[in-house]
Amino acid sequence: IQVIENDRATRGGQVYTTNARGQIPPLVTTDCTIQDQGNASPRYIRCTTYCFPCTSDMAKQAQIPLAAIIKPFATIPSNETPLYLVNHGETGPVRCNRCKAYMCPFMQFIEGGRRYQCGFCNCVNDVPPFYFQHLDHIGRRLDHYEKPELSLGSYEYVATLDYCRVLNAAVSYSASALFVLSVISENFPFQGRSSTDMVKCILTEFLIEAALSGLYGRTSNPFFVSHREGQEETSSLRVGFITYNKVLHFFNVKSTLARPQMMVVTDVSEVFVPLLDGFLVSYQESQSVIHNLLDQIPEMFADSNENETVFAPVIRAGMEALKAADCPGKLFIFHSSLPTAEAPGKLKNRDDKKLINTDKEKILFQPQTNVYDPLAKDCVAHGCCVTLFLFPSQYVDVASLGLVPQLTGGTLYKYNNFQVHLDSQQFLNDLRNDIEKKIGFDAIMRVRTSTGFRATDFFGGIYMNNTTDVEMAAIDCDKAVTVEFKHDDKLSEDSGALIQCAVLYTTVSGQRRLRIHNLGLNCSSQLGDLYKSCETDALINFFAKSAFKAVLHQPLKVIREILVNQTAHMLACYRKNCASPSAASQLILPDSMKVLPVYMNCLLKNCVLLSKPEISTDERAYQRQLVMTMGVADSQLFFYPQLRPIHTLDVKSTTLPAAIRCSETRLSEEGIFLLANGLNMFLWLGVSSPPELIQGIFNVPSFAHVNTDMTLLPELGNLYSQTLRMIMGIIQQKRPYSMKLTIVKQREQPEMVFRQFLVEDKGLYGGSSYVDFLCCVHKEICQLLN
Amino acid sequence: TMATYLEFIQQNEERDGVRFSWNVWPSSRLEATRMVVPLACILTPLKERPDLPPVQYEPVLCSRPTCKAILNPLCQVDYRAKLWACNFCFQRNQFPPAYAGISEVNQPAELMPQFSTVEYVIQRGAQSPLIFLYVVDTCLEEDDLQALKESLQMSLSLLPPDALVGLITFGRMVQVHELSCEGISKSYVFRGTKDLTAKQIQDMLGLTKPAVPAHPARPAQPQEHPSISSRFLQPIHKIDMNLTDLLGELQRDPWPVPQGKRPLRSTGVALSIAVGLLEGTFPNTGARIMLFIGGPPTQGPGMVVGDELKVPIRSWHDIEKDNARFMKKATKHYEMLANRAAANGHCVDIYACALDQTGLLEMKCCTNLTGGHMVMGDSFNTSLFKQTFQRIFSKDFNGNFRMAFGATLEVKTSRELKVAGAIGPCVSLNVKGPCVSENELGVGGTSQWKICGLDPTSTLGIYFEVVNQHNAPIPQGGRGAIQFVTHYQHSSTQRRIRVTTIARNWADAQSQLKHIEAAFDQEAAAVLMARLGVFRAESEEGPDVLRWLDRQLIRLCQKFGQYTKEDPSSFRLSDSFSLYPQFMFHLRRSPFLQVFNNSPDESSYYRHHFARQDLTQSLIMIQPILYSYSFHGPPEPVLLDSSSILADRILLMDTFFQIVIYLGETIAQWQKAGYQDMPEYENFKHLLQAPLDDAQEILHARFPMPRYVSTEHGGSQARFLLSKVNPSQTHNNLYAWGQVSNCQVFEEEARLLF
Repeated sequence: IQVIENDRATRGGQVYTTNARGQIPPLVTTDCTIQDQGNASPRYIRCTTYCFPCTSDMAKQAQIPLAAIIKPFATIPSNETPLYLVNHGETGPVRCNRCKAYMCPFMQFIEGGRRYQCGFCNCVNDVPPFYFQHLDHIGRRLDHYEKPELSLGSYEYVATLDYCRVLNAAVSYSASALFVLSVISENFPFQGRSSTDMVKCILTEFLIEAALSGLYGRTSNPFFVSHREGQEETSSLRVGFITYNKVLHFFNVKSTLARPQMMVVTDVSEVFVPLLDGFLVSYQESQSVIHNLLDQIPEMFADSNENETVFAPVIRAGMEALKAADCPGKLFIFHSSLPTAEAPGKLKNRDDKKLINTDKEKILFQPQTNVYDPLAKDCVAHGCCVTLFLFPSQYVDVASLGLVPQLTGGTLYKYNNFQVHLDSQQFLNDLRNDIEKKIGFDAIMRVRTSTGFRATDFFGGIYMNNTTDVEMAAIDCDKAVTVEFKHDDKLSEDSGALIQCAVLYTTVSGQRRLRIHNLGLNCSSQLGDLYKSCETDALINFFAKSAFKAVLHQPLKVIREILVNQTAHMLACYRKNCASPSAASQLILPDSMKVLPVYMNCLLKNCVLLSKPEISTDERAYQRQLVMTMGVADSQLFFYPQLRPIHTLDVKSTTLPAAIRCSETRLSEEGIFLLANGLNMFLWLGVSSPPELIQGIFNVPSFAHVNTDMTLLPELGNLYSQTLRMIMGIIQQKRPYSMKLTIVKQREQPEMVFRQFLVEDKGLYGGSSYVDFLCCVHKEICQLLN
Repeated sequence: TMATYLEFIQQNEERDGVRFSWNVWPSSRLEATRMVVPLACILTPLKERPDLPPVQYEPVLCSRPTCKAILNPLCQVDYRAKLWACNFCFQRNQFPPAYAGISEVNQPAELMPQFSTVEYVIQRGAQSPLIFLYVVDTCLEEDDLQALKESLQMSLSLLPPDALVGLITFGRMVQVHELSCEGISKSYVFRGTKDLTAKQIQDMLGLTKPAVPAHPARPAQPQEHPSISSRFLQPIHKIDMNLTDLLGELQRDPWPVPQGKRPLRSTGVALSIAVGLLEGTFPNTGARIMLFIGGPPTQGPGMVVGDELKVPIRSWHDIEKDNARFMKKATKHYEMLANRAAANGHCVDIYACALDQTGLLEMKCCTNLTGGHMVMGDSFNTSLFKQTFQRIFSKDFNGNFRMAFGATLEVKTSRELKVAGAIGPCVSLNVKGPCVSENELGVGGTSQWKICGLDPTSTLGIYFEVVNQHNAPIPQGGRGAIQFVTHYQHSSTQRRIRVTTIARNWADAQSQLKHIEAAFDQEAAAVLMARLGVFRAESEEGPDVLRWLDRQLIRLCQKFGQYTKEDPSSFRLSDSFSLYPQFMFHLRRSPFLQVFNNSPDESSYYRHHFARQDLTQSLIMIQPILYSYSFHGPPEPVLLDSSSILADRILLMDTFFQIVIYLGETIAQWQKAGYQDMPEYENFKHLLQAPLDDAQEILHARFPMPRYVSTEHGGSQARFLLSKVNPSQTHNNLYAWGQVSNCQVFEEEARLLF
């Protein structure tokens, strides 16, 4: 924690320029302004180390993973420059003839500007005539600062027809959003509310959303309004609606109809799209028909007694619809139960706790049938991104249901035991946020490297048909792809290690573009340089993803052992080669890895890696999936939650109270603390909390009067309330998931849940405390050194 | 005797709807076969009888289980003992208690000689409403679809208010519309390419009843789940507005049709779903599936042609060369559907309106086996279609619809006879019995047939075989009897039985050939032979059928003609045979046997109507009628011969399918000069008007509406007339051979005989 604060203190609020190779950026927890001067912003790419070892032997010796976490569509603050768009017209981007790398600051112009040498493969290429420019006295092109691709780390190209799918080469269609709602009456409705109420709630939100942005143009919602070459234009986004239970219902909401038409498709084994015209419509044009439909849906199914549902056919139907309309798009599926109806992708309850702690535990994380993987492949092939909102009240097999959302770059939201009156806000925020996300469809990412190393492994919401092309049905601003690199030759300290990540994608409005991120790293033959340039947050992101991927194939025990061993090994190597001699009993950590043990312990204690039958299988599958697409900032917060004292709040200042270590020893009976991990938020009230604070926040006279059955704080006019809610707003800001607020009173039953997040303590379901873990690692290091 | 026989025939036809080829029957099998024309009859089971009110009780049946003939005027009755003897099996039967009061002077209707035909109303059993299921192609041109929609909306007002209606639309997909829902229109959609079993269709429509666990203690509940079937089939009075709106909003099939392609039309699946829907909800209940198509099926089961426009739909030429890729498979598909519909008592109508063929050849069995209507036109936006369609819903003198459903026709014969088969809009019920012949003519091997849809003009040809052996003579004055029993669902939803019992005298063909000859009904014989020929033509090569017909005619002439050997000019036929060769001559030239001037669809269409129309209409089809109008006298029928085309005449030709008015050269000139508008030439105006009025009369009465052609000398449409008339100018002079002279082929073959 001190590390975080130190970094914040030294680098926070400053301008970080990316002008030099191998610079170590500020921590993800530090706010600063980033200026692109030839290398991609750390908001787009972060590396586990900014100095690669020169040889693979050295890499093996240190066992520090070499990886980059790439978030190509990361949101950047409004005070930083958005990406420039380069348009070379029909000729398209200038690329190296051999390795096909795109023109970038790493290209060296020679022979008076007539030729250039590729920084990645060293091939010497002719400069195309239209691109020729004279060089200045230091060998730089005269137009260096005029061309983004020569001076910046990140920029975009307009892609030419060659980059388009044959499918939609001729015409580019703007994306569509399909809303797919499960309509079943369950034996276990949402806590007394039927699912149709739920549906109504969802639809109402959509209407609000659409109404807000729908009078279009006046909104900044990127999903509804697209920017094309700087010009704002109203969106041609089309929307469509499907409901389903055992069968699928498509709706014709063509603007010319007096009332909507429902078309039932019962052939779920070979689902198809029953209509084209009138299914995907402009919201503006069909507004009245859509309203008519949404008003009717809840009543329509109110007395249905269908309680079985299908799932895979729903996705297929949505995908087929987009395919038929020849456009990419996003499916918003709202689902609540295990799909047991007779159809492809039918699932049975296989939540077998007896498998826990055996070699077969991995089965629980694998999809139950082989229907979903090919389905995801088809979705990716047609640019169909699936986002799934789950409202389970019992086991629904997240591992199976979540596969398609994961592989298509969609997001999985899960609301356990959803209660409309408590949880709607969280859900609606998520939905709004998801609709508004900046997103690229039908994407292919390619990571090119300079000679000597190459990308070997990829983790994220991706689908890979071969070893180099990362295919994504869609990628939004919160999704990150972690790429692991390995040596295949020596690296030189002079030329360093260069990375170019190119993402070919389709914008919401249907334009094909290339987004290029370039990053130069240093190389060194000194282990000390390597350790100095490490970034623990990125390391943990990598370790988490590789471990969570391994969960599918290896016993958890083995995975945990590997993680502990590797930690010990990295530290032992440092001690042996870089640290000044000291007593054997002393644990010596490199500066850059000060927090590695505590974070590593958090990772090991995560429920995915803990083999405990008490933890819900679905929850483990859910968290595993979330982490797989997380960026560095999100994974940092997820594994090490923020704990902030509220009782010491200075209501006059806008700065957040300093975070403290996540341990019970830091809490006090007189205090009120706020804890957040990106999914959950807890407000912990000590038994002796100051009554004026209680009064200020809850508007009740005392601790005893506080009703914990709330998910939103009352909006009160006093400073305490305002400041606390502002703080919560800041913490929530920029996080991909809306956090659910739980009020926890000290020494009451729900405190148990809260305690799990005090990650430095001994875990409720096992998992050692930080101190114990440190001892354990130390012991391992000592053994290694001997 | 000629006059009396004609009267006799006419009386019988009016009373019983029956006309026999022979009205005196040759008494032995051998002699009967020597008569060439088989013993057969034209039967119109539900011939309109305004003078015959149905009786409100049930018929009395012969108690012999293998007989079960119905009490009729031919039965011997012992009024004192209250016994009656069956005239078919001679079983003596007790009258039922209700008949206790009968005597010679107090007879029930069915014993009175004038009641050889009786209609009974069955009071038992649940009455089920009539069902109309519309199956509508949406791959139509905008104005065609609009016209069709209006016709359909109009038809709703003509349906009985408690009738159930359903709607299926199709194009690339098939939509089954749920008519009960408010606020939103809901339909079930099916892929047009996937062949589904009846079970699958019913599952997908949610028609299968939830499996009820067997409760041995509880008696089975026969009542059908009303809500299940009612989703797609609703009483018209309930959803009239809803359906009218739905039809109004019906759009053209929205899937784009690329250049050079036909629209994808899933007729095969649509019909399969229609059949499956009714099968699952209303088996054995009168129902009418009305299929409206504007083009050929182009995908899925039952496809007739691919969607490439450059590949034309099969022609007779292709079929002959075995080049019709989809024909066999498609035909099989529709036959399967037709048989299923027939088994459930549902009839299928096809209304095909398109300029090109629509696949009637492949689909014909749907109408032909179920007694449905087949209507062919150029467009739904023509009066031909509109009026024909409206005529389906016409009513009789009692205000009942002229349609009946789910009929079975049973034929019982006295023991000297057996029934060999039937030709008409029916399927066999495969009921073997003592009166079933081993030799089949038409659809045979049974004594019962199912006719799912019929109207007062639906007519069957029934063929018999005399089985009496030559050495077992029938006593002088003996009579053979036949009973026709038609069970059916009347349009008022009553179940009814119509019973017709007829008897004819036997005669020894060697000693009494003159009697038999005199009782020959050449008109009926011509139609019956024609039906046989057309029936054969459906399965055999054209030339073989023609050769067979020629041979039959030659044999007939041999048997009944009088001539001096080696002298063709001496050939004479008696009056009762005199017209027969002429009918055969025209039959040979008719579109029912000559296919190469017509498309396969047209042939199927013509044959469809030929196999169900009554005798008068059939004769018009065989030999079109030509009337001549002139200043020389009242209109007169003239020979269907080019010599009848004269400059100062107006001709009116009725071929059944076409009405042609032809103005002779001079008349046409006068008309152009506008004489009809001058007051001094008012009689010319009348002359022009007379054939128009007569044509209107025909147009009003006929189903389907004929094509109306008005033309003149030299007009392009004159080909309709010229193609029908006999080109006598060339032949007539060469062979001055009386009325038969026109039949060139016949002449040549006949010569070989001499």
